[in-house]
Amino acid sequence: MRPVPSLKTLFALFASLMATSSSATNVIHTEKSLYRNIVIYEEGDQRCMSFSQRDQSARQTCKSLGDPNAFVFTYTKMMMGALYLNPTPRNVLIIGLGGGVLPMALAAIYPDTVIDIVEIDPAVVKVASQFFGFHSGPKIRVIEEDGRVFAKRAGKADQRYDLIMLDAFDHQYIPEHLLTQEFLLEIKKLLTPDGVLAANTFSTSRLYDHESTTYQSVFGVFYNLRVQYKNRIILAKLDGLPTRDAIERNAATLEEKLKPLGFGRDWLLPLFSTERDWKPEARILTDQYSPSNLLNSPL
Amino acid sequence: MQRVLIFLIAAWSGFFVMAIELLSGRILAPNFGNSIYVWGGVITVFMLALSIGYLLGGRWSLHDPSLRRLAWLLMLGASSTIPVILFGNVVLDWVFDQVRDPRYGSLLAATMFFFIPTAIAGMVSPYAVRLLVRNPHSSGHFAGLLYFFSTFGSAAGTILTSFYLVLYFEINQILTGLIGISLLLGLIATLIGNRENAPGA
Repeated sequence: MRPVPSLKTLFALFASLMATSSSATNVIHTEKSLYRNIVIYEEGDQRCMSFSQRDQSARQTCKSLGDPNAFVFTYTKMMMGALYLNPTPRNVLIIGLGGGVLPMALAAIYPDTVIDIVEIDPAVVKVASQFFGFHSGPKIRVIEEDGRVFAKRAGKADQRYDLIMLDAFDHQYIPEHLLTQEFLLEIKKLLTPDGVLAANTFSTSRLYDHESTTYQSVFGVFYNLRVQYKNRIILAKLDGLPTRDAIERNAATLEEKLKPLGFGRDWLLPLFSTERDWKPEARILTDQYSPSNLLNSPL
Repeated sequence: MQRVLIFLIAAWSGFFVMAIELLSGRILAPNFGNSIYVWGGVITVFMLALSIGYLLGGRWSLHDPSLRRLAWLLMLGASSTIPVILFGNVVLDWVFDQVRDPRYGSLLAATMFFFIPTAIAGMVSPYAVRLLVRNPHSSGHFAGLLYFFSTFGSAAGTILTSFYLVLYFEINQILTGLIGISLLLGLIATLIGNRENAPGA
């Protein structure tokens, strides 16, 4: 239950990577936090943050040193698809900071939008500022707290957001209390009537089915964006999904603004799917039943 | 028969405590998160409760010890866990509203729910030692055996709960099962204790 991979696993991983990786990686900083070891390294044109020694799949954030505005990861591009559902967010909540790539991109496009970011790990906030150009400000607020605690508190204080991005998962560990029906109901309560939820999830295993039925039970039909069975983004809207026409219109108006990030509607729009490619009988995850990490482990 | 039952009770008591401890992290997470301090609070409460339980159990063993009374401890400890199932959410929400800092919120909630059951479970071990030891010569031998069964039970409770039980059951179903088994075991021990204590036995 604790988010600490065993030393042995890390060691084995490290050893195998040392044996295979050939391109020159250069560790520029390491940071120990209460939750994990954070490694910042540079490789070729990229600077990356990883929670595990140079394990490619454990990269949390990368930025291109030559083109710092462009998104390196596919999933962040897909997350921005939320804007096709609501092109003018005024109050944004992001759970999970990473390198701060998403809030910085949003702030560049919408200078007047207020962005609240909840990050549990102060060390992540520190390295995001030091190495990834993230900075808070009058419109960008970082709250160092557990996402679930923040959501519950914000709900009781009647706070509302028109865009919520959940980005607290990685390949190795899922905070299980952030993937339950009750949590999603608390998130739903924080949305304005036309609010949009974008969730980055990593599930490729049988957790995929459980996650799907859980989101469906709270938000009904959602857009399911998948690339190569690796990344999965869920996009939902409180007052129902907009029509294809509306999405294409929004995509057209956003085209120029999103271009510096390194993608356009020609790539993103075809990913929007409402097909239910999961087992509908998969048990819904709740606070009473949430073995997400067990369900996510390969069998 | 008595001895087997005493070891069984000690092992089950160890199982029970660790299963509850693991579940308590789950129970607290929706209100207080999954941060390191939530686990810190949980472990603190369990350790403190056990330490006080050991003290009380040893004390109580001075007065007319019997298998029947050991069985009562087991059943009392299990019964004191029932409020978690019945009032869990209400109490957790109340604590959430009262205490802003999740460190003290989780500490308070863990104390309210788990201090008494764990303290009573802690009473089991020293009390059981008293029932097993007939002469000072073998006291270390029996204390060792008892530690073995009790801690072995704890290990089993930890792995079964975290590897398997949470994968198949809801938290409240697991709690109900744990309480049920404690009550059943307590009942059997009471009956056997009564029979062996009866005149002529």
